Amino acid sequence: MTQKYLLSIYQPDGEVPPPEVLEPIMTKLAELNEEMRAKGAWVFAAGLHPPSTATVLTAKDDDVLMTDGPFAEGKEHIGGFTVIQAADLDEALEWGRRLAGVLSPLSIEVRPVAS
Amino acid sequence: MVEEVFRAEYGRAVSVLTRLLGDIDLAEEAVQDAFATAVLRWPVEGVPPAPAGWIITTARNRAIDRVRREAKGQEKHAQAALLHHEPEEQEVGDVPDDRLRLIFTCCHPSLALPAQVALTLKLLGGLTTAEIAKAFLVPEPTMAQRIVRAKGKIRAARIPYRVPRDADLPDRLKAVLAVVYLIFNEGWLDRAALAEEAIRLGRVLAALMPDEPEVWGLLALMLLVASRREARLRDGRIVLLQDQDRALWDADLVREGQDLVRRCLRWNRPGPYQVQAAINAVHSDPPSDWHQVVALYDQLMALTPSPVVALHRAVALAETEGPERALLEVDALDLDRYHLFHAVRADLLQRLGKDPAAALEAALDRAGHPAERALLSERLRGLRLAAADQEDRADDDR
Repeated sequence: MTQKYLLSIYQPDGEVPPPEVLEPIMTKLAELNEEMRAKGAWVFAAGLHPPSTATVLTAKDDDVLMTDGPFAEGKEHIGGFTVIQAADLDEALEWGRRLAGVLSPLSIEVRPVAS
Repeated sequence: MVEEVFRAEYGRAVSVLTRLLGDIDLAEEAVQDAFATAVLRWPVEGVPPAPAGWIITTARNRAIDRVRREAKGQEKHAQAALLHHEPEEQEVGDVPDDRLRLIFTCCHPSLALPAQVALTLKLLGGLTTAEIAKAFLVPEPTMAQRIVRAKGKIRAARIPYRVPRDADLPDRLKAVLAVVYLIFNEGWLDRAALAEEAIRLGRVLAALMPDEPEVWGLLALMLLVASRREARLRDGRIVLLQDQDRALWDADLVREGQDLVRRCLRWNRPGPYQVQAAINAVHSDPPSDWHQVVALYDQLMALTPSPVVALHRAVALAETEGPERALLEVDALDLDRYHLFHAVRADLLQRLGKDPAAALEAALDRAGHPAERALLSERLRGLRLAAADQEDRADDDR
């Protein structure tokens, strides 16, 4: 019996770091994803385009309202996410800790997926 | 009788049932059912020879009935799990007591500290939500919400029900001890039930983890502080250690606490709780050996350096090196928001023949507890009276 967890990566709005900073991080991230796969924990992972590329839809009466931009304007946005499966929260937090280490100083939110 | 068994065994029963049922709410319901049955039957049929075992068996049977009633085919696996329960495989470094697992679940670092405290008191202490709310001076609905939310998180996020593996144990144990000590500190001044519950939890932990010196250190610390409980307040005012009536100290608690401190010393694996216990053990043997107290605070500073520890160290230093030296150290601390910082300064200033009024007022501004405020007000009043007296005399002289 496993439980799925969403590991959301929170990053500050604004410029993405230059390639020379980003590249080693992405290499480590790929390694971590590979390890997750090898251990059977990895379910899905994705990086996202910036929030400026988002569109929000809200159904109201018979109409669907469309808004340009992300749902919530904040100082941080979700830059990507990984879905894992784990035996319990401790195991999920251990993966989350590893992810936070690779992506430092970004915060990782660990949240159980309702099934 | 049921009441006594409830106090003593509620936590254990909930722990066992949580393992059997895999769900804290179901476990609590089952145990409460069992106690409700006990209230009806024990007065008539007599108390069973093993009341705790009776409660657990009855709770288990109640839970099976409930699962059978409610399962109706859909949750066959839950029923099966309950009816054909296999003892869980031993985990590495595990201690085979369900209460220990439960306390590590309650004090899981993914839960906020107030939630950890509330869950520990509710599930292991058997306190009602109303009692916990009252003890922490929050409205009952707030506390109820806090507990429901925490239990919901345990279930949904699958916070494990187990003793952490050895690698994580030191950190996780620290969190558990912090919760127990927080409960004690909340209670010891004027909410005796909380302090007693903390000591009871401390004893349970010591029995379950007898090889952890810090567990014994915390227990010793609580016993020694609690031994002075009767002497601690007079007319709603705090009485400082040196002014306490020692006849009011609980000699049994002092003896037990000091024995435990000696035992910890032989272990020679010092930690912050053991050192604080040792400091209290010295104070329990008046007159306090201040050189030893300073040395212990030095050790505590090495283990857990903090301005608050430095402040307490300075108080001891005033006795060995004099108030001037102590004031130098205190003035270097960044503790403006802490009432004791100003209270200590006031005391040192007074001993140096300087005016402590401003420092006392600052302390009074920041003190929260009525008994502490009462002591500070009293001192301020005494100061003003003395000043007025002096002025009168000066007038007379003229």
